[in-house]
Amino acid sequence: QVEQVKLLDRFSTSNKSLTGTLYLTATHLLFIDSSQRETWILHHHIAAVEKLPLTTSGCPLVIQCKNFRIVHFVVPRERDCHDIYNSLLQLSRTAKYEELYAFSYNPKQNESEQVKGWQLIDLAEEYKRMGVPNDYWQLSDANREYKICETYPRELYVPRTASKPIIVGSSKFRSKGRFPVLSYYHKNKEAAICRCSQPLSGFSARCLEDEHMLQAISKANPSNRYMYVMDTRPKLNAMANRAAGKGYENEDNYSNIRFQFVGIENIHVMRSSLQKLLEVSGTRGLSVNDFLSGLENSGWLRHIKAVLDAAVFLAKAIAVESASVLVHCSDGWDRTSQVCSLGALLLDSYYRTIKGFMVLIEKDWISFGHKFSDRCCQLDGDPKEISPVFTQFLESVWNLTEQFPQAFEYNEAFLLQIHEHVHSCQFGNFLGNCQKEREELKLKEKTYSLWPFLLADQKKYQNPLYNPDFSPELTLLEPNTVSFNFKFWRNMYHQFDRSMHPRQSMFNLIMNTSEQNKQLEEDIKELEAKIKQRSGQSDAVHEKEQDHAVPVALKSPPCFQKEPLPMPANDAVRAIEGSNPADNRYSELVSEFSKAEPAVVSLEFGVARMTC
Amino acid sequence: MEFAELIKTPRADNVVLHCPFHLAVEGTLCLTGHHLIFSSRRQDNAEELWLLHSNIDSIEKRFVGSLGTIVIKCKDLRIIQLDIPGMEECLNIASSIEALSTLDSVTLMYPFFYRPMFEVLEDGWSSFLLEQEFELLSSVTNEWRLSCVNKEFSVCHSYPPVVIVPKCIDDEALRKVALFRQGGRFPVLSYYHKKNGMAMLRSSQPLTGTNGRRCKEDEKLINATLRSGRRGFVIDTRPLAVAQQARAKGGGFEQEVHYPQWRRIHKYIERFNILQESFIKLVEACNDQSHNMDRWLSKLEASNWLTHIKELLTAACLAAQCIDRESASVLVHGSEGTDSTLQVTSLAQIILDPRCRTIRGFEALVVREWLQAGHPFQQRCAQSAYSNSKQKWEAPVFLLFLECVWQIHRQFPCSFEFNEQFLILLFEHAYASQFGTFLGNNENERAKLKLPQKTMSLWSWVNRPEELSRFQNPLYEANSLVIWPSVAPQSLQLWEGVFLRWNRPSKFLEEAEIERINIIKYNKELQAKVNALRRQLAEMEADEEVQEE
Repeated sequence: QVEQVKLLDRFSTSNKSLTGTLYLTATHLLFIDSSQRETWILHHHIAAVEKLPLTTSGCPLVIQCKNFRIVHFVVPRERDCHDIYNSLLQLSRTAKYEELYAFSYNPKQNESEQVKGWQLIDLAEEYKRMGVPNDYWQLSDANREYKICETYPRELYVPRTASKPIIVGSSKFRSKGRFPVLSYYHKNKEAAICRCSQPLSGFSARCLEDEHMLQAISKANPSNRYMYVMDTRPKLNAMANRAAGKGYENEDNYSNIRFQFVGIENIHVMRSSLQKLLEVSGTRGLSVNDFLSGLENSGWLRHIKAVLDAAVFLAKAIAVESASVLVHCSDGWDRTSQVCSLGALLLDSYYRTIKGFMVLIEKDWISFGHKFSDRCCQLDGDPKEISPVFTQFLESVWNLTEQFPQAFEYNEAFLLQIHEHVHSCQFGNFLGNCQKEREELKLKEKTYSLWPFLLADQKKYQNPLYNPDFSPELTLLEPNTVSFNFKFWRNMYHQFDRSMHPRQSMFNLIMNTSEQNKQLEEDIKELEAKIKQRSGQSDAVHEKEQDHAVPVALKSPPCFQKEPLPMPANDAVRAIEGSNPADNRYSELVSEFSKAEPAVVSLEFGVARMTC
Repeated sequence: MEFAELIKTPRADNVVLHCPFHLAVEGTLCLTGHHLIFSSRRQDNAEELWLLHSNIDSIEKRFVGSLGTIVIKCKDLRIIQLDIPGMEECLNIASSIEALSTLDSVTLMYPFFYRPMFEVLEDGWSSFLLEQEFELLSSVTNEWRLSCVNKEFSVCHSYPPVVIVPKCIDDEALRKVALFRQGGRFPVLSYYHKKNGMAMLRSSQPLTGTNGRRCKEDEKLINATLRSGRRGFVIDTRPLAVAQQARAKGGGFEQEVHYPQWRRIHKYIERFNILQESFIKLVEACNDQSHNMDRWLSKLEASNWLTHIKELLTAACLAAQCIDRESASVLVHGSEGTDSTLQVTSLAQIILDPRCRTIRGFEALVVREWLQAGHPFQQRCAQSAYSNSKQKWEAPVFLLFLECVWQIHRQFPCSFEFNEQFLILLFEHAYASQFGTFLGNNENERAKLKLPQKTMSLWSWVNRPEELSRFQNPLYEANSLVIWPSVAPQSLQLWEGVFLRWNRPSKFLEEAEIERINIIKYNKELQAKVNALRRQLAEMEADEEVQEE
């Protein structure tokens, strides 16, 4: 515990600060300011801690978080600062999974609730929903004991005609044994999205089993003879891989395939792209042109567009041409996961529901072995393995929700919350790199699943504009991917920088109004019932005068306590908005005005004063 | 002149109309003196397109065999293409359109021929008189007076006949001050902040010249707006260097020696030709769908448009801050005081004054701070982003103002009575209109053209209840506070409603907007119903109690 610590405003040059006390707990860093407002930061969220040179007011400490929060403390005594710095370094770097928050987090669920929570998302059920197994596709037991591929799940769906020797042979010809398996089946078009890793083709190697495997996938689609093979890497990268004995499919060796490069960059490019983006967006007193050129130089939006373009290509191949598509990159767990999951999201409206989105993440990301632990740096490990691949997926989905405001059951808060927990290590879902590892960690016994908690809170994550009939089942969502449609995701990268957001949130207002509408509908039912009851009673009142208990109870129904007098419609909306503590933007707006100086303008004023 | 002389081919059949994101339609094209009319001849839902010639910014023609194609680029940024069979017809039509869309004489413009099909409930020409404004002002302060010194437009040709000035300054002094300010634009009241009695004045630059001329009356006039012992701020919309150079041409700025109670702040806002260039570049970037991400972002950057938005918003916030936070009076001017000056004073009022965020109040603001204040609409809006001719008076000054309002609107979506469509409407009508409101460069010209007698006012039309309902913001809830927008680049956005309007399908966004409105409407219905039921229940209870007694 350190007192008299100052928390600086990240974007104000007027040195506005809050003074308060800093506490370190086993799991969180907590700052309580003089007006008792609390800022909690989970140790696992800390991406970097930096001690800046001593200043007259104390020792500055800058903490960068994985959810893009940046806090800037000034600790009065250098020794305290040093202690905090060291403790945070230790606490934020965990060596063993067992030390992660998820293993100590206790949400007060009993054992059966815990088990039920883990059963909420059932992938076998999901494949059944898609329509497999069927005449063409079956469940394979080849990987039941993780013998063929350690990073795949136990249960894999393959074409019926792919025998075990073909599977085994194909897996030996694929990087990390990740042979082609079913990711999504489109029952109307009878076409499939399959995924795998790159072939070990080198310059000339071929593998008959692998060729058979692809043919089997092709034949499992009765409506189209050819299939697409999408290599999601830039062509140059794929060619370079040939020198290492890896590479891509030679169209001459595989019959009826149409080979296509897509050109999504690798994890290292993505990592440094995000780094550049954050550097730009974190600059104080940023000019518009520096922002735009920084945005351009970071390449971030270009990457998001590339990912979404690939998904559109995939979805169109299935929906328009009824062609099956095999997607791979190098190992088939980063770009492949992005493209397969987004493609399915465009094809199938189920994945645009809250539950369906959870299923999609469980299927294409968790079960197929996207390396969450490495990519999100859950344990102290190789910094070169860190990459915002999953963040890009969420951002692509956000872009789609912007273009199709009524197509998604969930809202932006849902995406942000998932992003938060991918890094929080508070729940077991995203721990580890693959299913095998998760089983070894006994996560289902020792930790809790995130999904039931999100579902219990689903009111917060519902899109008030959602129209379930927006598109008929299994019709393609066709986004416009012209460059100007892609915007900087302010609510993600500046989530905690309140001064940058609209001071009145139209979204929250609509959300609360729609919530209130549901409540009002119930009130009306209740009132009507009472009036009915009462008018019946008043007829009977002469006969049963002793029965007074009911009217007394009726005098204070819940809705009366809330609003004793009929209020004008507008005030009620405002009252609700102000009374919701989780979202007090509106009331914050009022307090913002009562402060001595407005942060935003004084910044400019300072500049102006210097020039005159 | 007869329009018929210009129309050699009044009608062409089998013309195909191409609009982005619409299927091509075949139909008949007709030219009239003021309109290009296209009508599909399909029996079921016949499509018609009426395009004002004055809305046409540029026209291109090309031929493939005997099939001619005309590409028409409009001032509202829309682009349409017409395929016309027959070389002669096509050439005739193209040259007619060219001639009709570039008529020199104002009195040949459509507003002089337009006959409204609606009943005029209130004449927009007299809806917003300065006298009414002054009446409101006199109810809170008596430090100001209405001056008719400019009655014959003799003191300042670009000012209205009446202006509001400090009470202690007589007309004689005003005449002298007018000689000391460029174009005679002496300092007048732009806005009075009721909360603390501070005033915002606007004028043109003082004519100090190289030898530092001074004018006692000018000093007295602006000092009259100061509280004793308090300082005021002069916001000069030119950089210091430009202001200094202006002295060589007889212009200049308020020097400290002569204006010791005033602190000068130079807040640079770009001038018209640079803005026009920026506008053209931005529209070019938005219209090219083939740009990859890097190219799009670098084009957006190179246009500098958002930089201008940020500069302008910042200057307006600064003016508002001086008045509201520093409790100081403010004088705003640039050179002529007809462009950047008006942008700053009108935006500051949006920030400070809740009345300007209502529909009526915003209309009054546009009339007061733009039309009456002498923004040369005729010159600035003669051409839009597609003009090839290099005329130097065009500039999207008013559009920039509207976009800044839109940016603030986005940040405070519940604080404005009007919606985005209202701003777009004003943009369209400033460039091409059937109404006379935006014709002429100042009140003087409007009076000479007899616009109030000969044309219809936009406000007469828009303020009718059935039109007004289209422009109302369902989320509006009067907010009496000062609204401080964020000017961080991350908080600013491209105005898609104008710049991407014709470049992308907007069906889903429009449907979502309708859904939003429905949720709000439904809420109001439910509230009313709950209240009625509660009342009914309460009455029943009361009855029962009476019975019991």
